[in-house]
Amino acid sequence: MSNEDNKKVILKVYRTNYNKDDSPHYDKFEVPVKRWTTVLDALLHVKSYSDSSVGIRYSCRMASCGSCGMKINGRPSLACYTKISELKDDVVVCEPLPNFPRIRDLVSDFSQFFSHHKNMKPFIQNDKVSLDIDDKHDLVEFEQTHEDVDKYLQFSYCIRCGLCYSACPTVATDPKFPGPQALSQAYRYEADSRDDSKKTRFNIIDERHGIWRCHFAGSCSVVCPKGVDPALGIQLLKGHMLGLSKNNKKLSNLRTKNKE
Amino acid sequence: MALLRLRESQITKIHYLTGILSLFAVAIHIIFRLIMPFGQSLSYENVVANYQNIFYVILLESILVLISIHGFNGLRIILIELKQSHRWESTITILVLIAMVGVIAYGTRTIVIASGL
Ligand code: SF4
Ligand code: FES
Repeated sequence: MSNEDNKKVILKVYRTNYNKDDSPHYDKFEVPVKRWTTVLDALLHVKSYSDSSVGIRYSCRMASCGSCGMKINGRPSLACYTKISELKDDVVVCEPLPNFPRIRDLVSDFSQFFSHHKNMKPFIQNDKVSLDIDDKHDLVEFEQTHEDVDKYLQFSYCIRCGLCYSACPTVATDPKFPGPQALSQAYRYEADSRDDSKKTRFNIIDERHGIWRCHFAGSCSVVCPKGVDPALGIQLLKGHMLGLSKNNKKLSNLRTKNKE
Repeated sequence: MALLRLRESQITKIHYLTGILSLFAVAIHIIFRLIMPFGQSLSYENVVANYQNIFYVILLESILVLISIHGFNGLRIILIELKQSHRWESTITILVLIAMVGVIAYGTRTIVIASGL
């Protein structure tokens, strides 16, 4: 057996229960790791063999659901997407995400983050189409070219993991600021040729605590595990709002059954 | 008050514009200091002579107005991030506006007196 197969690391896990007035502390666990062991694997090992009470949130284990965000060695990361071998450290410190209210151990409260996302009305709105689908028996789909899709595709990869939100220095001081995730989603729909509700969304984000409070630190894009680049979305959106750049969006037509 | 009802995007446009314009205005102001030895350019006679030059007076007034608008809006942005309440935001906006008008008025008074207009 090679040395690598016997490797062990110390996992330092932030522990507290805010409902029970627990004073925050770190628990240390020694965990065996392989080259492919992720931080989530290590935490699950701890839960199985050392302390089943460690609080973590996870689901897909493949960077798709966005549940397992936490601060790993000082950087907001997905536990299931961070290999311990890549951290190049014998001590791995796991802490809850900054900028989120904490619930217990590594689990934080996402309600405020989701409500910012919801405020952006993150769905296609188009006056041509009623949201009441029953009215539209002949509705089939909007026609879009590949170029139309390319304009927003990158931003639609967001899994709402909240890493960008926790890395944002403006969110740290201003909880009313929608944050990089919500703002990049506003751009995602603004750039989508099926959506024509630009004005409504602009009104929502053109507020005292809105898009203009982004100081372009860019840390959101550095930590995003899906390559969304929310900082880019925000700057493009700012350009559109100031009239400095044009979207040249041509609204898609509806392809209906009758036309087929 | 109409100023309080400006949208943030409109204020941002003013902020960016005053920032860029003040860069140019300050650059000209610095060039004035460099066309002769620095100490000499600040000698009493030269400073008074500068104030008698109407173009220089306009330049000084523009620097005062541009930097006051840009700077005080920057201060407003910093302060409204500190607390999230509508009352705080409006109070800060009004106080910053009053301070800005005060600084511009006092600066203009100095320019007018020195230039003997
Ligand atoms: S933009 Fe990236 S970091 Fe932010 S929530 Fe979406 S996937 Fe996560
Ligand atoms: S468990 Fe789903 S993203 Fe990590």
